[in-house]
Amino acid sequence: MEIKTDDYSIWYEEAASTVYFRGFLRLDGMEEYQPVMDLLLSAVDKSPTLTLNLQDLEFLNSSGISMLSMFVVKVRDRGDVQLILQGSNKVLWQTKSLRNLQRLMPGLALELT
Amino acid sequence: MTQTISTQTFGEFAQEIPASEEYLTMNFSPSSAPRKRRWSNYGLSADFLGDYFAAFFPGDTVEDSPLNRRETVKAAVSYIANELLENAVKYSDEVAKRPISISLYLYEDKIIFQSINHTSPAIADKYCRFIQQVLTSDLDELYTQQLEQTALGSGESNMGLLTMMNDYAARFGWQFQTSDSIPDTVQVNVLVHLDI
Repeated sequence: MEIKTDDYSIWYEEAASTVYFRGFLRLDGMEEYQPVMDLLLSAVDKSPTLTLNLQDLEFLNSSGISMLSMFVVKVRDRGDVQLILQGSNKVLWQTKSLRNLQRLMPGLALELT
Repeated sequence: MTQTISTQTFGEFAQEIPASEEYLTMNFSPSSAPRKRRWSNYGLSADFLGDYFAAFFPGDTVEDSPLNRRETVKAAVSYIANELLENAVKYSDEVAKRPISISLYLYEDKIIFQSINHTSPAIADKYCRFIQQVLTSDLDELYTQQLEQTALGSGESNMGLLTMMNDYAARFGWQFQTSDSIPDTVQVNVLVHLDI
């Protein structure tokens, strides 16, 4: 499973139970994010513990933050998946906005390195 | 014939923006090209504004952050400019055929952003109601509530505005203006104050 464009790539590595994000993601509204959501939902079906590695995602617009929050709530409501978000302290939006996702799912593990 | 203008303002709105040595304005022409084709240009413009204004700052360290001042300004300006442009585009009335503009003004300890677009009275009314909700609510609570609501897929998210206010501590002022010289159109003028 992979989405690759000139601006960003998103791919799932089953062996690592990890979805990797890279680049600049600023799609026009939630509908445009549907393929990303579909990739995340099929990854979560395969991994009881799923990691989203966002460290190389340099930009995410607010629609993307909304998409991530929607995914977090879906995982929370399933109740059977451990979700880990890996971010970078060197990427400003991650230091500003990622923590808020824990408000939706207190069991969410956030690793900012 | 005299022109009738009606104006409503909210938040930190100033009619006169203080004089600034450094400022930059970008105007986007009303275009018949599909929004999809133009969309990536707004992101590029926001990145350019981030790079341009970051160049005025030294690379000195920021307390409790591995990012230096220049990197912080670049990322914050690019996020805010992108959200303002996305909103201006999403809510612009394509029928009105009016340009969208974004200006940035640099001061010693802050940047003021100004975005101007034109929209329909119905969209402007909805926006005014949300602003009133923002101004009378606890921001932190409203943020969580909207995030949950967005996550459940119900209603407008308004997360752009809320992330700028809550995550970047940006302060907003808004002006809505109607003029009988451009009927059925509201000019939306947004000021964003970002301390740096």
